[in-house]
Amino acid sequence: GMRFLLLFSRQGRLRLQKWFTPTPEREKKKIIRDMTTMVLARKPRSCNFLHWRDLKIVYKRYASLYFCLALEDQDNELLALEILHRYVELLDKYFGNVCELDIIFNFEKAYFILDEFLMGGEIQETSKQIVNRSIEASDMLQETMEEYMSKPAF
Amino acid sequence: MSPSVRLQEMIRVIRSARTQGEERGVIQRECAAIRAQFRQADNGGRSHNLAKLLYVHMLGYPAHFGQMECVRLIASPRYSEKRVGYLGAMMLLDEKQDASLLITNSIKNDLSHSSQYVQSLALCTLACMGSAEMCRDLAPEIDRLLRASNSYIKKKAALCAVHIVRKVPELGELFTPAARSLLSEKNHGVLHGAVVLITELCERNPETLEQFRKTVPDLVQIMKGLVTTGYSPEHNVAGISDPFLQVRILRLLRILGRNNDAASDAMNDLLAQVATNTDSSKTAGSAVLYETVLTVMDIKSESGLRVLAVNILGRFLLNNDRNIRYISMTSLQKIVVTDHNAVQRHRGTIVDCLKDPDASVKRRALELSLALVSAVNIRSMMKELLLFLSSCPPELKAQAACGIFNAAGGDVRDETVPNLIQLITTASDLHCYTVHKLYRALITDISQQSLVQVACWCIGEYGDLLLRGECDEIEPVQVSEDDVLDALETVLQSHMSSPATRGFALTATMKLSTRITDNVDRIRSIVSIYGSCIDVELQQRAVEYNALFKKYDHMRYATSCTENLNKKSSFCFPFVCGLLKVCDLLDLLGGSEEPPQPGPILGSTAPGPASTAGGDLLDLLGGLETPETPETPALTPAPTLTVYEKNGVTLKLHCHKQSETGLTVTLTASNSSDWDMSSFTLQAAVPKVRLPPNPVYMLISHK
Repeated sequence: GMRFLLLFSRQGRLRLQKWFTPTPEREKKKIIRDMTTMVLARKPRSCNFLHWRDLKIVYKRYASLYFCLALEDQDNELLALEILHRYVELLDKYFGNVCELDIIFNFEKAYFILDEFLMGGEIQETSKQIVNRSIEASDMLQETMEEYMSKPAF
Repeated sequence: MSPSVRLQEMIRVIRSARTQGEERGVIQRECAAIRAQFRQADNGGRSHNLAKLLYVHMLGYPAHFGQMECVRLIASPRYSEKRVGYLGAMMLLDEKQDASLLITNSIKNDLSHSSQYVQSLALCTLACMGSAEMCRDLAPEIDRLLRASNSYIKKKAALCAVHIVRKVPELGELFTPAARSLLSEKNHGVLHGAVVLITELCERNPETLEQFRKTVPDLVQIMKGLVTTGYSPEHNVAGISDPFLQVRILRLLRILGRNNDAASDAMNDLLAQVATNTDSSKTAGSAVLYETVLTVMDIKSESGLRVLAVNILGRFLLNNDRNIRYISMTSLQKIVVTDHNAVQRHRGTIVDCLKDPDASVKRRALELSLALVSAVNIRSMMKELLLFLSSCPPELKAQAACGIFNAAGGDVRDETVPNLIQLITTASDLHCYTVHKLYRALITDISQQSLVQVACWCIGEYGDLLLRGECDEIEPVQVSEDDVLDALETVLQSHMSSPATRGFALTATMKLSTRITDNVDRIRSIVSIYGSCIDVELQQRAVEYNALFKKYDHMRYATSCTENLNKKSSFCFPFVCGLLKVCDLLDLLGGSEEPPQPGPILGSTAPGPASTAGGDLLDLLGGLETPETPETPALTPAPTLTVYEKNGVTLKLHCHKQSETGLTVTLTASNSSDWDMSSFTLQAAVPKVRLPPNPVYMLISHK
């Protein structure tokens, strides 16, 4: 299964972190440092796979964002590239021509979308449409509930 | 103003901070405000406050004061607040915090909520950070959801069950029946979850694995459906129907078919079909093919299918996409031992990949190439590997050098230098080529100690071949005596050279004095310089060599020794020969309590500078040199061993014990034949300190 997913900018600023196994805070910080250092040091037309500790790291750059996924030994690296690509497609559908700023200013949405696609380090749903529909429905529920509760905005 | 604008406003303010200090200031202010808000009564903005805190947390700032707020929000009836509360729990809480237990009840309630989206939040959070205790508590609920709910919830419950099984393996039994029935679902999300769950159950419990072997025909059917189906827009990725599901099914088939002929037979045709019909022009197809190959190689497949699989990997090696080339090599690496011949067929392509511009591909090609070195191809492989070594990126040099040594010597890394030397000695027709190649590597880079040591040794030993210039496998290049001495002096003087490496270089310099004609004086001066070197070991050596020049010049030609390969030994340049077995010899002398250190045994008490040094050298022409030691014990009569008697050459070993821990051995060589004996070479090897004494063999070579 997947161990963690990180999104970071070319300057090494973290934009999203999803940990699929319990990891202490200090360890998370160290891993983030290691990943950003390693991946940002890679030359442009390099292979997208790295070895780090006992994990396989798969990374892909989309515009100004690096997507970095850590896999266990039995996991399929080529499929992992497809997983990253699927996530980007989902973000793109949701935000419409997604860019880094969308993910910065709406980070919680990026997490909600991720949580409809992956779960517990595994793929949850293989259909793009179903994931999109679930997110739309949840957003709708949020607005409806707020209206129903008719509490002031803040 | 809508609350999310306030969140975005904060983000904007933080981002506009020009320095780290300014950012910290902004964040401190915001956190103070957030804290204050948390303490207030419900004001409708709670979810956004928490969201702000989560953003701050992602920047790396502490946010633990938000943990209780997560607990509160999760318990809220409002969906927007639950949503952020659960997100916060996944980000700020883990099973080690007490607060995480507090949300167990909320999760339990939400698992039965009327809205599937609320149920979903609970399931997701449980699968993300559920502790063993929480898992035990909620497992029955998850099992219920696995059986009786819609597909949206079922697929999530399946992955939740996977998490529970990972946390509390005994609970696997609970989920087995439900998992089995899920295989008949049509929904891909549910199927995928079911396959993942079954995989997890089978990996943890051999009995469960037995049970699920019966599902192989069902899995084969599902795969067939995916592979032969027409275009399905919902699941299509680059012409492949649901590659995610296909890969998972293949992985499960691998586990079920392993070590089982019946199961492997049942899936054989399907695997052949997938291997032949899957379009690999895009990554999705290649991912499926890759998984297929892994499965074929791991189960009891027919040989025809295995060949097909290895050929797929061979095709991958030629793919334009370097990811696919990389994957091919990692896969070939896994099977290079079991299917060696099949992989050897692709050796040419693999060796070509040593020249790939990508560092990861190069690394894999190197590992694989080293694994492919065999007695048959060692010549051409060594050529390629040494070529690679001279031009490879610095981060791979150490691995390449070690790998070459290992491939040659086949021993653990600690033994690389002596083993390669051993190999080089025995491969006499490679001497010329090797010394040329290593000389060139040496003049390029002297930072890799093992490589430098071996290079120095070779130059010392085969310097004449280097200086002669011709070698049939490389372009002739004129190497002068000065060039070679320059190279060795560079090693001696470099701060990068370890003391052991310097020792090698000095010894090589010394040995060259017998192989070169014009520059003996230069060598003499190098050696004498090091006679006052700070490094004691180096000094010792230099002094010995000086003495050799002075007192035993006539012997200089007759002696040529292998290096003491153990850098821990205190005395590194034995003129004395090795012994057949250190312990045996000591027994001959009336027993000794413990194996003494190699240094003293082999002929010298710790020699000081100058005066005693010469005296410790063995007089090969017979007779014993009485060493100047504080105590001069009576010589114990010791037997003389005839260790070699052939073709008129007789070699005798004569030992005498100098002290409790010291021993001198004399070798007497005599020639009783009518012919002159030339090129008499003496080589000695020394056992390592602190290891049980290795047999140390005396080597004689007649050229």
